Amino acid sequence: MPFIPHTEPDVREMLAAIGVEAIDELFDEIAPELRTGQLDAIPEGLPEMAVTRLMHERARAEGDMLCMTGAGAYPHHIPQAIWQLVGRGEYYSAYTPYQAEASQGTLQVTYEFQSMMAALTATEVANASLYDGASALGEATLMAVRANRKAKSKRILLPRSVHPRYRAVAGTVVGNQGLELVELPLDVETGRTPLESVDSAGAEGAAAVVVPQPNFPGCLEDVDALVDRAHAAGALVIAVVNPTSLALLRPPGEWGERGADIVVGEGQPLGIPLSAGGPYFGFLCTRKAMARQMPGRVVGRTVDTQGRTGYVMTLRAREQDIRRSKATSNICTNQGLMVTAATLYMALMGAEGLERVARHSHAGAVALRAALAELDGVEPVFDGPLFHEFAVRLDGPPVAEVLDGLAARGILGGFALEPDYPELGNSLLLCTTELHTEADRAAYVKALRELVAG
Amino acid sequence: MGLHETGKVIFDYGREGRAAGAQLPPPAPEPSDLPDTLRRRGRPALPEVSELQAVRHYTRLSQKNFSIDTNFYPLGSCTMKHNPRACNALAMLPQFLGRHPLAPPGAGQGFLACMHELQEILAEVTGMRRVSLAPAAGAQGEFAGVSMIRAYHDARGDHERTEILVPDAAHGTNPASAVMCGYRVRELPTDRNGDVDLDALRAAVGPQTAGIMLTNPSTVGVFERHISEIATIVHDAGGLLYYDGANLNAILGKVRPGDMGFDVIHLNLHKTFSTPHGGGGPGAGPVGVRETLLPYLPIPIVTHEGGRYRWLEEADCPHSIGRMTAFAGNAGVLLRAYVYIRMLGQEGMVRVGEYSTLNANYLMHRLQAEGFELAFPRRRASHEFIVTLKREHDAYGGTAMDFAKRMLDYGVHAPTMYFPLLVPECLLIEPTETETREEIDAFVDILVAIREEASRDPEILHEAPHTLPVRRLDEVRAAKELHLRWSPETG
Repeated sequence: MPFIPHTEPDVREMLAAIGVEAIDELFDEIAPELRTGQLDAIPEGLPEMAVTRLMHERARAEGDMLCMTGAGAYPHHIPQAIWQLVGRGEYYSAYTPYQAEASQGTLQVTYEFQSMMAALTATEVANASLYDGASALGEATLMAVRANRKAKSKRILLPRSVHPRYRAVAGTVVGNQGLELVELPLDVETGRTPLESVDSAGAEGAAAVVVPQPNFPGCLEDVDALVDRAHAAGALVIAVVNPTSLALLRPPGEWGERGADIVVGEGQPLGIPLSAGGPYFGFLCTRKAMARQMPGRVVGRTVDTQGRTGYVMTLRAREQDIRRSKATSNICTNQGLMVTAATLYMALMGAEGLERVARHSHAGAVALRAALAELDGVEPVFDGPLFHEFAVRLDGPPVAEVLDGLAARGILGGFALEPDYPELGNSLLLCTTELHTEADRAAYVKALRELVAG
Repeated sequence: MGLHETGKVIFDYGREGRAAGAQLPPPAPEPSDLPDTLRRRGRPALPEVSELQAVRHYTRLSQKNFSIDTNFYPLGSCTMKHNPRACNALAMLPQFLGRHPLAPPGAGQGFLACMHELQEILAEVTGMRRVSLAPAAGAQGEFAGVSMIRAYHDARGDHERTEILVPDAAHGTNPASAVMCGYRVRELPTDRNGDVDLDALRAAVGPQTAGIMLTNPSTVGVFERHISEIATIVHDAGGLLYYDGANLNAILGKVRPGDMGFDVIHLNLHKTFSTPHGGGGPGAGPVGVRETLLPYLPIPIVTHEGGRYRWLEEADCPHSIGRMTAFAGNAGVLLRAYVYIRMLGQEGMVRVGEYSTLNANYLMHRLQAEGFELAFPRRRASHEFIVTLKREHDAYGGTAMDFAKRMLDYGVHAPTMYFPLLVPECLLIEPTETETREEIDAFVDILVAIREEASRDPEILHEAPHTLPVRRLDEVRAAKELHLRWSPETG
């Protein structure tokens, strides 16, 4: 029997010890009319070798494309050591470290992760992860409403330049809690959030203003000015950042006079495979003074009865298993194994490696934008500074057709912006990372030239 | 004292200028086009270590964990069953790992085919009309489920329903999720046999009732015998029934939530369907619904039309409660569950329910025969059951915590302690179907030995664990001093 070790004598003797004749008697408290009949829609079980063959067939049907699409999920090199270690049973098959003394591995890894994330974002503390970047933004808006006791409203200013899916998820998460998400416009000339919109949309009295960097269309916001305006109006600032970019760009803890108050983002670029969209992990960092308002688990350092250093889950009185309906969030299971991978990634890359990744990603995008600007019928939508993504507008064939054409040439060729941003017209969001070579970029330019020229 | 004494963090192994050279991309020039105001000034304090140093440090740390692979792990309500390696290996085939979440359906149908079949199989085994795989964990599934209940009442213009009923023994996520959906929570008492108190339920329902959240078998380790009556009472009051799938393992293939009268459910794939717990996650919490709630399912959902698979998104599902994560939930976890389900097949699924129940009842009877007190001695165990150590506590002074910590010295992970709150000094014990009888017998011997130690010298228990990397840790100090990160300045 798959995964069940019982022999016939085992079953017989166990039933005798219980005092029943058959396993089915153990279900005799369940009304007979509720019992399940045949489960016809479920196939017969397969041995491992057959399921292996099946999954290899399914995998082959996926193909293998050159990926130039980012839009919230980024292909990066993942050192081999990471997933070999993450796959160790001691990490893979352990659970939440409720028994701290028997979970020092997971707990110390989490503590190191929190240390690395705090360093990267230039903040004081980090939690042990949320589901993904988008749900982390939703949780951050709820946290801001709890933390900003002076705010007269539950209003959150949310720029249009934030990832459309993040805005959608934040809407789902907070929809029934009376929060008001007010959209800030996108300046179609600069690709940035207009500074004055922060005031005109009602920062005064708002609980928080969200500031993305880089923003979804690939531009760099004037973060200092946005943060200072928000703070002047009494609002907190929630930064949404790409962790790789922080090797090059100013960390949110240093934006403006006082820095962002809550920092969230998608952790996937830190050693997590694209994997069709998950599992990834969301990170959330903040000031120590606001740590008690954080959602999710947090690990702290302490000592044992002998004075030796050890680690435990702490600030537990925020969590649902203790506080029930008064918890800061309903989150229980988080993305622990992904955090283990990200910790290994940051340990192996270090500041030097992360900076190289960021520089290559950036340089590739700058070069590709310049090369595409030379093509007839293609123009960059914005000309300001970028990190590793940028938008181009196509004259002529609709983006959807061009993407199909690129796919036929084995290229996942970008993200169509028009459905979410009609104001940007027939345009496409592209991304490069350290994985892309000059030949990859040249192949993309060549393919696009053929398709746009028609 | 050595190079690797307890207490070292990865940062302690670093030296300026050291790096895992082969893992890094080649050096790259300083970017010239980024304005100074946007540039980072100092480097972040990340480790500067070699590949070997990192590998050795994290291998050694892993050895400080208990896990299913290394220890019996009877953690009640968590279903710590074997995680088959094929599930991991086949979900990590390079084509799956390389699939971008925004890849068009035409770029690959293999992954979508797996997801579609998984939706269908989960709907069949739970008796629901349709399943969405979007929620990333059980709690997110609860949130999605209760949000659908709310959307249903709202669509009918029934705005007076402001309350969700939750048994007092429920997991903490239930009340927390209901509050996140904007509801007030009303707790229901449990009767002395472990069932929901029906008189209290009748008194509690009314025009304000949006629904009830139930776990069945319940969190006290027994099957809720009045489930059909509960369904009638709540439905007659205009409310809906939410099924928390945390304990589905006990009845998999034996009873379906849909047949019990539930309108909406979530499943914990990291429990019943054997995906790894990963030291705290990731999980996956698919939701299933009856016909009436179909329009509200979270997106995306895979559909199969004209021989092709594709995602149903906003335009296809205008009444959906929306997205739970940016993309398609914890896709890699879903693939692992799919592989597991294909290996089990329909017969294997029925056996999961049968043998997890057999193991739990056997262990319960053995402990009772050894003189341990059961919380509900007249009931069958589900896949788990509760022992109360109140008698031992009164006689020797050893608490459930002391017993639990001493178990670690014997090499087994402790059961869930002090949950549910209504049973004093309790342990919630769940052996799962993948453990052998020998392992269960050995566990009984350990509990008997610990009780004997408690009677002889309770200090052995108070001071446990004795043999782990650390002794009992000071949680009060952790919360008071709040040392949440290493830094170069303070260590």
